[in-house]
Amino acid sequence: MADLRFTKDHEWVRLDGDVATVGITAFAQDQLGDVVFVELPAVGKKVEQGKDAAVVESVKAASEVYAPLDGEVTETNDALTGDPALVNADPTGAAWFFKMRVTNKAQLDGLLDQAAYDSYVKGLA
Amino acid sequence: MGDSFSGPLLRTPLHALHAELGAKLVPFAGYDMPVQYPAGILREHLHVREKAGLFDVSHMGQALFEGADAIAALETLVPGDVAALGDGQMRYTMLTDDKAGILDDLMVTRLSADRLFLVVNAGCKDDDYAHMQAKIGSRAKLTRREDRALLALQGPAAASVLARIVPEVAAMKFMSAIETRFEGIDALITRSGYTGEDGYEISVPNESAVLVARRLLSQPEILAIGLGARDSLRLEAGLCLYGHDIDTNTTPIEATLAWTISKRRRAEGGFPGAAIVQAQLAGGTARKRVGIKPDGRAPAREGTEIVDENGTRIGTVTSGGFGPSVEAPVAMGYVATAAAKVGTRVGLVVRGNTLPATVASMPFAPHRYFKA
Repeated sequence: MADLRFTKDHEWVRLDGDVATVGITAFAQDQLGDVVFVELPAVGKKVEQGKDAAVVESVKAASEVYAPLDGEVTETNDALTGDPALVNADPTGAAWFFKMRVTNKAQLDGLLDQAAYDSYVKGLA
Repeated sequence: MGDSFSGPLLRTPLHALHAELGAKLVPFAGYDMPVQYPAGILREHLHVREKAGLFDVSHMGQALFEGADAIAALETLVPGDVAALGDGQMRYTMLTDDKAGILDDLMVTRLSADRLFLVVNAGCKDDDYAHMQAKIGSRAKLTRREDRALLALQGPAAASVLARIVPEVAAMKFMSAIETRFEGIDALITRSGYTGEDGYEISVPNESAVLVARRLLSQPEILAIGLGARDSLRLEAGLCLYGHDIDTNTTPIEATLAWTISKRRRAEGGFPGAAIVQAQLAGGTARKRVGIKPDGRAPAREGTEIVDENGTRIGTVTSGGFGPSVEAPVAMGYVATAAAKVGTRVGLVVRGNTLPATVASMPFAPHRYFKA
């Protein structure tokens, strides 16, 4: 399985061929606290790197989830709608948000690898 | 109000204990306060409804208002019936301005005929004291009690837990106060709170606050609770948060707080904005504070536009979020009076989409105050 890449907005992405799976990081879910609502994009929606793609809400506040890459949404994780707490339980596994067909793979090179993301997060603490 | 304060953050006497307990600390009303502990807002909230929780509310303003004329003097500032209080009784009221806007909401406790104890909001306290002092002059003596910490113990187990240490609290009526000892520590205990549950607020000297907090936290039923759960608990209980649900642009009548104004005070007036309050009591208001329940799962946050079935704007959400005990999103806000009836269908404009919702009665979670 391909390695995860990360954005500074705390999304993770795993590219498999030209399909990317996207979610939010363990750090992000910890900062948010208990997730109570997730709004997923419509399948077929065209998304742009750094622009709104989904919404995640904790008891306290709503946060945008940005598309880490350009592309088109091909599938969403409907399990999150029924069980938003999955985001806290398994953020980089079962709680993926959506899959997208990537139109500009080169953008992946601009994202952080695990080591770079870990050190970025460390700097935020 | 809120987190717009600039400058070094103040700390309550429990600050180090919060850090030790693993709290996430955030700026609130100029203080570095615990928004949650490791349990998280959801579990903390549910724990208070199921057992009991301990909150540090030492940031709030505690003051004494004393003198032979103190009761009459305070009545010139608030619409609440202070004169009707007996010794050891308390009530909720608000400081109003000449336009009947709300400067702050507060708790007034009569300790004795010439001694009142006030608890005001942290974010308003400096303005409140300046306002009171300016209006009252020498009619009464206002003393800030910055030397006191305030702890709230809230939840169905609060009475049995506190009675282990201070037995006389078991017999206290809701909205009453006693001056007593907590294991030898001077304590002013009221049976009151901000969660919709039975519970107490305990005022103790700053230097004893950690000891009292640790003693309470050592009881098996008690969990430390942060401001995050305090907010979700009070929202479910339909209680106003100053600076959000009430402020100088809202009157007590628009805020549906008429229940806090007695027949005598309605008739006599004598508080700032009385003529406006009397006119609104007689003729109604153009808008009212109401509860709102979204049909779906998406919370509607503060500032969300409320529309009628034609899409015309009729109001704004002033507090909104997810209600952990209700297990659904809940909100309150102001709507045009024509749309304020329980059951009215409205729309909430969330991220550009109009989500269906219904005007609902409050509280969202039933009050479980102690009834003797």
